[in-house]
Amino acid sequence: MHELSIALGIVKIAENETAKANAKKVTKIELEIGVLAGVELESLNFIWESAIKDSVLEFAKKDITIIKGLGKCIDCDTEFDMEFIYDTCPNCKSNFKGILKGKELRVKVLEVI
Amino acid sequence: MCGTCGCGSENNGPTILKPGEEKHEHSHDEHHHHHEGHSHSHEKEHRHHHDDHSHSHDHSHKHKILAIEQDILQNNQILAARNRGYFEAKNIFALNMVSSPGSGKTSILESTLANLKEDIPFYVIEGDQQTLNDANRIDALNIPVIQINTGKGCHLESDMVFEAVKRLNIEDNAILMIENVGNLVCPSMFDLGESKRVVIISTTEGEDKPIKYPDMFHTSDICIINKIDLLPYVNIDVQKLKNYALQVNPNLQFFEVSATTGEGMEAWYKWLKDNMHPS
Repeated sequence: MHELSIALGIVKIAENETAKANAKKVTKIELEIGVLAGVELESLNFIWESAIKDSVLEFAKKDITIIKGLGKCIDCDTEFDMEFIYDTCPNCKSNFKGILKGKELRVKVLEVI
Repeated sequence: MCGTCGCGSENNGPTILKPGEEKHEHSHDEHHHHHEGHSHSHEKEHRHHHDDHSHSHDHSHKHKILAIEQDILQNNQILAARNRGYFEAKNIFALNMVSSPGSGKTSILESTLANLKEDIPFYVIEGDQQTLNDANRIDALNIPVIQINTGKGCHLESDMVFEAVKRLNIEDNAILMIENVGNLVCPSMFDLGESKRVVIISTTEGEDKPIKYPDMFHTSDICIINKIDLLPYVNIDVQKLKNYALQVNPNLQFFEVSATTGEGMEAWYKWLKDNMHPS
């Protein structure tokens, strides 16, 4: 359940940024999570309430943008959609690829008041 | 859980213990001190900010939109980089050993230490949710060891390693073995500052484990296949296992060993010796 660590990391970022902006609390938080980032959204949502309790995020609306995986084959340069980290190149079946998108795990925007 | 300093005097937080320490008296004081300092400045910051706020509150009631664009794991990565810099400066070869529970991490460690400790200075950090059992096994070999009990936590993080390393007083040109919590999922996301990540899988596990738990194999450099002495009795195709692992991570390097019989361990020892002093 590393999603708890992830959630606490999000809380920490929100606390720091809210303090920096001289704001009191967060009304909305936008997250970007890639499908290859290794985070189970169900688990994250499950522990979210307990992680944000008594923090600036307690009453914030949470908005998660899922980012699809995109790989580029190192052998034949084909770009292809990735669902799993072990997906192979659909063109030449090579295992060697760069992951262009899908590993994101970011706090994108905070709306504070 | 205190995600800041890795200390855990509270019930569920991580604790850092040396074998023989009942209730980490020493570390507790040390940590407590550090912790107090931390929360003190934090509070101050808050009060400060509150005052400021009520002041500006009169002027506007508006929502402010902050473009953050910050990586959520950034804290862990920064401290990992700090650990890594320390290891590099002292020429310490640090290995993060990861696997499911029971695949033989501690047994591989024991054999490695027993065979190489005359030639190489070793230090060990043991990660488990509870007990000093693993640290005691290492301590029996007269190797300096620290146990991190993560409590409810399912993986080590770089701040815990940072605190543990401070208490180990590692000499230059040594090998530091960090045995992570037995878990093939969570530790994969947390860089500890290691030089190399070593994933261990045993022949009693399924050959499709690399694609069932791809993140761990994707982030590892070395894959040790343990318990090869059991191959006649278990239904596993080692080549298939390797192919699955290579599909996830084509750069993986394999060692097939039995920590119990010693078979294949020489190649692993040679790799350790060849890699501990980068040219």
